[in-house]
Amino acid sequence: MADTTGAKDPFIANLNKIYVGYTGGFAFFVVILGILEQMGVPDRIIGYLFVFLTIGVYAYIGIISRTQVASEYYVAGRRVPAIYNGMATGSDWMSAASFIGMAGSLYALGYGGLAFILGWTGGYMLVAILLAPYLRKFGQYTVPDFLGARFGGNWARAIGVVILITASFVYVVAQIVGVGIITQRFLEVSFTTAVFLGLAGILVCSMLGGMRAVTWTQVAQYIILIIAYLIPAILMSVKISGVPIPQLMYGLALERIEVLEAGFRAAGMVPPPGVTGWHTSPFVGANGQFSMNAAVNFFALIFCLMVGTAALPHVLMRYFTTPSVREARASVAWSLFFIFLLYFTAPAYAAFGKLEIYQTVIGQPIANLPEWIKNWQIISPYGTPWVNIVDVNRDGIVQWGDFRIHPDVVVLATPEIAGLPYVIAGLVAAGGLAAALSTADGLLLALANALSHDVYYKMINRDAPTARRLVISRLLLLIVAVAAAWTAGSMGADILFLVAWAFSIAAAGLFAALVMGVWYKKTTNAAACWGMAVGYLVTFFYLIWSEFFGLHFMETFATKEAILRAATATAALPLASAELKAYAAGLVANASAIQDGSLAWFGSLWAGSGLPTDHVVLRGRVVGRLWGLNNISGGVFGVPLSFLTIYLVSKFTTAPSQAMQNFVEDIRIPRGGVRLADRREAVD
Amino acid sequence: MPLVESGPEPESATSAAVDPAIARAYWKKTSNLMWTVLAIWFVAGFGVHFFAQTLNSIHIMGFPLGFYMAAQGSLIIFVVALFWFSKRQNEIDEEFGVQEDA
Repeated sequence: MADTTGAKDPFIANLNKIYVGYTGGFAFFVVILGILEQMGVPDRIIGYLFVFLTIGVYAYIGIISRTQVASEYYVAGRRVPAIYNGMATGSDWMSAASFIGMAGSLYALGYGGLAFILGWTGGYMLVAILLAPYLRKFGQYTVPDFLGARFGGNWARAIGVVILITASFVYVVAQIVGVGIITQRFLEVSFTTAVFLGLAGILVCSMLGGMRAVTWTQVAQYIILIIAYLIPAILMSVKISGVPIPQLMYGLALERIEVLEAGFRAAGMVPPPGVTGWHTSPFVGANGQFSMNAAVNFFALIFCLMVGTAALPHVLMRYFTTPSVREARASVAWSLFFIFLLYFTAPAYAAFGKLEIYQTVIGQPIANLPEWIKNWQIISPYGTPWVNIVDVNRDGIVQWGDFRIHPDVVVLATPEIAGLPYVIAGLVAAGGLAAALSTADGLLLALANALSHDVYYKMINRDAPTARRLVISRLLLLIVAVAAAWTAGSMGADILFLVAWAFSIAAAGLFAALVMGVWYKKTTNAAACWGMAVGYLVTFFYLIWSEFFGLHFMETFATKEAILRAATATAALPLASAELKAYAAGLVANASAIQDGSLAWFGSLWAGSGLPTDHVVLRGRVVGRLWGLNNISGGVFGVPLSFLTIYLVSKFTTAPSQAMQNFVEDIRIPRGGVRLADRREAVD
Repeated sequence: MPLVESGPEPESATSAAVDPAIARAYWKKTSNLMWTVLAIWFVAGFGVHFFAQTLNSIHIMGFPLGFYMAAQGSLIIFVVALFWFSKRQNEIDEEFGVQEDA
């Protein structure tokens, strides 16, 4: 592996030494802070030290990795060894949602939440076998570069850029919200201040050194985030089972949760809203019985997350940085391994947290609850307290359904729940920050590179000198970052649900064109453009229509009974506009006049199998669900449509030229260079 | 801004000449490996979980097996399969002599 990694560079040659030293230094730092805490240094100072020192390290790496060379800026000089690229991809991939949110989702959803675990890991199988080695062989700078070269120029490139921007922008905003949530809690500043502090942390890493700086920062961030995730889980495991292997021991916790749940039910209690009462049972509805709808949504979500993973440009572009095709393949395996370390721990986190709460909080008098609950009864950016006790029957006792915890704080609050020292809480905060910052870095770079390299250089000014391109790239990075921070600061947590859409949009827009471009030689330019456009537009409009115009969606696809139910729900929404409520109330008042929707036959195709088109009330809106599918899985319609469009249009358009077919053949074989179908696409 | 670029035909000298027959045989074997791994992906990602309810009646160290497969089992299969794929594909590259120059 070492023979192709450019032994001349002393930094690359000493990577192991540098990062082992760094890890030791970080461990030493944590121990020192632990000692300081014992000596009576206030919690707040510990929090400040964690946040500022880790960001300081990232900034330092960013500054020493600054570069003026295009290939260093865009693809880190293609010298990143497989293992290190695996770590960088791990932190590039694992976002605030993975670090802070996933264990919380598992806490709330039980088995249903495992769709996220499966979807966000299995996607790497698709990356490794279908795409990464071939994109590496193609050997340019961005994903739209490949689309432009393979599918005849600027139409394909432009469509690729639009999809990339749509998917990545909502994603980066969510990371900045995540940074805001953590800094707000640990530095005790306002959310907006926290957002802009986070922005500064992101920019110092990516502005000066582009991909090179982001790569080496991401490796450093991976080390911190995995330590910060594993240590509290190990300590919880020791506390509950006496053995420091949480991944093996939480089976015992699951068993006890099942017993406790059965006990709560026998006592006539119900779980709080949004939390399953059957933690380990697959595909159950609220009544604990098998639900076809739950099963179909589980598999649809896995599918969308997997395909989305394999189509998100900030992930794919990481495999442009390895020294060879061979290392690109190995690198995907390493990426998955490093991601796996966190993901197979998350269910343990959720189980231990749930057991602790069920044993020490439920059934206690509200008057003598543990201290940590008070610390987290602060208002979240969602508008409700992070942890809330709602005494439904006013008996002064915390019932099962009385304890409300927002999924996002399960990980952040675990150290306090388990009564661990504050230094562990600070460590977790530093880990969450590393996860959010590293993903934001990767996304910002993907966005800025698409705009500067694909739009400015390839489409507007082909003669721009390198220095000018890099200046433009940095300027665009700054603009995109400020726009994202502004969006995050003004919309807050209300837009976090859009992240899930990014997967469906990328999956439906890009996946088919990328895969067919490599694996189906007869894919024509027109076919790829149509395939991307159809997949993207269908998914995008489906999401917008079902989410924001739910009642209208139902009036189109649902039966008259379902429309009446949706109208009744709309009229009762607290936050809907007055016109919408008046319109819905009008429908309800004149219920006998409601007709089946014009496409109700389509919406009822699977009604016989228990999958009618219905609605759910979510995020203060009535959201339509075609065939009962949650719109988080909107890509299940777009992905097959995109493949079908590409295949059919390819059949009816002139086959690609011999030069193009040669180009595809070159991409498929690791040895040798790539004959470019259009030489002007060549890298200078 | 030209929407379709028409550059001159490229020279083919940059490419290492791989005999078309070898390239076809190589691609056939690579495709077979791709379908094999895709099958593993489908079974571990979806197939076993169709039976989650049935598997849950088996308990190992407290874990209901159906839950365990979705939480850890399939993930372990994914990781192992990818390292195996990477090794297997290298062997195919070398068998046809199309690996990169070291």
